[in-house]
Amino acid sequence: MTQIIFEHVVKRFGSVTAVNDVTLTVGDGEFVALLGPSGCGKTTTLRLIAGLEFADEGRILIGERDVTRLPPRARDVAMVFQDYALYPHMTILENIGYPLKVRGVGKQERTERVAEVAQQLQIGDLLDRRPGQISGGQQQRASVARAVVHQALCFLFDEPLSNLDAQLRLEARAFLKHLQHELGVTTVYVTHDQAEAMALADRIVIMNYGRVMQIGAPLEVYRRPANTFVASFIGSPPMNLLAGTIDLARGLFRLNGQEPGIDLSALFGRLNGKLTDGQTITLGVRPEHLTPQVEPSPGAIPAQVYAVQPMGGEVLIVVRVAGKLVSVRLFRDEPPDLPHEIWLVPDLNVSYAYDADGNLLQ
Amino acid sequence: MERKHAIFPARVGIIFLTPAILFVIVFLLYPFVRVFLLSFTNQTLLGTTAPNPEFVGLDNYRHLFNPDRWMRLGEFGSALKITTQFVVGSALIGQAGMGMLIAWAFYRKRGVLREVVFTLVILAWIIPETVVAFTWVAFLDWEFGTLNSVLETVGLGRPDWLFERPLQSIILFNSWRGTAFSMLLFSGALETIPPSYVETAEVVGATAWQKFRDIFFPLLRGHILTDLILITLWTFNVFTPFLLTGGGPAKRTEVVSIYTYRTAFMGRHEFGKGSSIAVVMMLINLGLALIYLASIRRRRAT
Repeated sequence: MTQIIFEHVVKRFGSVTAVNDVTLTVGDGEFVALLGPSGCGKTTTLRLIAGLEFADEGRILIGERDVTRLPPRARDVAMVFQDYALYPHMTILENIGYPLKVRGVGKQERTERVAEVAQQLQIGDLLDRRPGQISGGQQQRASVARAVVHQALCFLFDEPLSNLDAQLRLEARAFLKHLQHELGVTTVYVTHDQAEAMALADRIVIMNYGRVMQIGAPLEVYRRPANTFVASFIGSPPMNLLAGTIDLARGLFRLNGQEPGIDLSALFGRLNGKLTDGQTITLGVRPEHLTPQVEPSPGAIPAQVYAVQPMGGEVLIVVRVAGKLVSVRLFRDEPPDLPHEIWLVPDLNVSYAYDADGNLLQ
Repeated sequence: MERKHAIFPARVGIIFLTPAILFVIVFLLYPFVRVFLLSFTNQTLLGTTAPNPEFVGLDNYRHLFNPDRWMRLGEFGSALKITTQFVVGSALIGQAGMGMLIAWAFYRKRGVLREVVFTLVILAWIIPETVVAFTWVAFLDWEFGTLNSVLETVGLGRPDWLFERPLQSIILFNSWRGTAFSMLLFSGALETIPPSYVETAEVVGATAWQKFRDIFFPLLRGHILTDLILITLWTFNVFTPFLLTGGGPAKRTEVVSIYTYRTAFMGRHEFGKGSSIAVVMMLINLGLALIYLASIRRRRAT
């Protein structure tokens, strides 16, 4: 049973608070992705687990053990770095076997265990090469093999795929997910790529400025972003955010005070009692929840077509709404024939309202 | 094919080179040839062999390597032995060892302490030779020296350093004096090691010694070799110990450079003999330099 628990953890670098009161639990065998823009504190959070940084406040537990003050080697974790950190002067065999060597495992057993793991990771025939003599994808596998070989309590990944080209990255992603399922080892994975986090993780922790913005299963955070930061970070293209004021009595939403208002009474009804007349809110709608039509109607948002992009299995239409660019996604291969002026009907069952601070109204 | 674009026509290049070539000829090539020729004569500054030196063949060299007497104090063999002890003690162990320890202690650390230590070590290196030599004479002085004052206060007696332990004194002096080079070279080399290499080792549980043995040492091997050869070369030729001990007492600190100086420029001013020592030293230096160049070339190739 390896849980990783953060209790109100704070880490400061000088005047910068890199990790600000983070509390979270990574369950046994769970794959959790730490996601956010650069400088959001995700890598620091990972390094706090590894013991490469020490928390200024709060507690960190791995398994049942309080490791807050323990050095890295007392924590029994395995980490994979972005640059793989394979030692150029060692063969792949020696690299993968290094954690075992450090722990005093004999040469015979070391070679056997490395060979076994290497076989599993399909790099069995590269063991006598040096890191400089194998491809980036193979290096990545070798560094994962080094993490796997010593049967640590948990895996920590620091953007392990960002040095790979797009094609290899997709391959490595599937491979990592498969491997983690097979081994069932608790895993914390840092990435700035929301698609990677969505594809891999059981749960995603989205961070910004050292704070946790939302924790949830991939679909949960995709469907119901807890705030406008998450809404604008998850999804490609992200959720459309439209600011405007509300006329509660008539059930209308006015973008920049534009007339006529858009009928949002269905949404307002759901938020009964949470809204005040004249309040400024942000309407959040996913691109796939906007349906274009050529005639106006009470619930439709007027828009001008900006660019139509056929993507193969879907069509991405970028339109201008009250001066802002808004994305519309249609799941069809042929681009529709649209006039310049169109109207967009949001699916209000899956659209959300955010208050002036960007927090979800519910 | 890559075409080479010259900035200047070759003729202009030759004009630029001329001053340097002239200096090299006048101050390096000519003296070298002169010393080489002198080493086969019995030329002295004074006496009958001053105006009319005779060609003596390999006599000077035979004298240097005369197996009956060359290991006596004040002879060439003894000077070579003392030089070797001096090089091993002050350069290889003192300078390289301390340089590595300091560089390693401050690896990836910033702060006041690092700045202070680095500044002091570098200061010891850049202060003019005569100045540091005389501060050390003052420091080690039997009666008024700082070291003895301190030692006596804590009850450790009052040894006469330059008389009782002359070789150890100049080794200590030269270690202190020249650690900066090794320290700077190693700390620069350490910076080139990606932090993730060390962090990986830390996470898998390596101890400080394991990190040094398995990661730092193999990755720094080339730099260490470069450093050792260079400081050996420099220490081999260094003359500063003369300012502390004058080669004494009883020639116990007479390194080869002092031996050469004493032979050629003191006493009977035996230029011929002195020249032969200079030629042998030159050959040893050449050997070290060739090893150094070969090691650099091999490092580039890999």
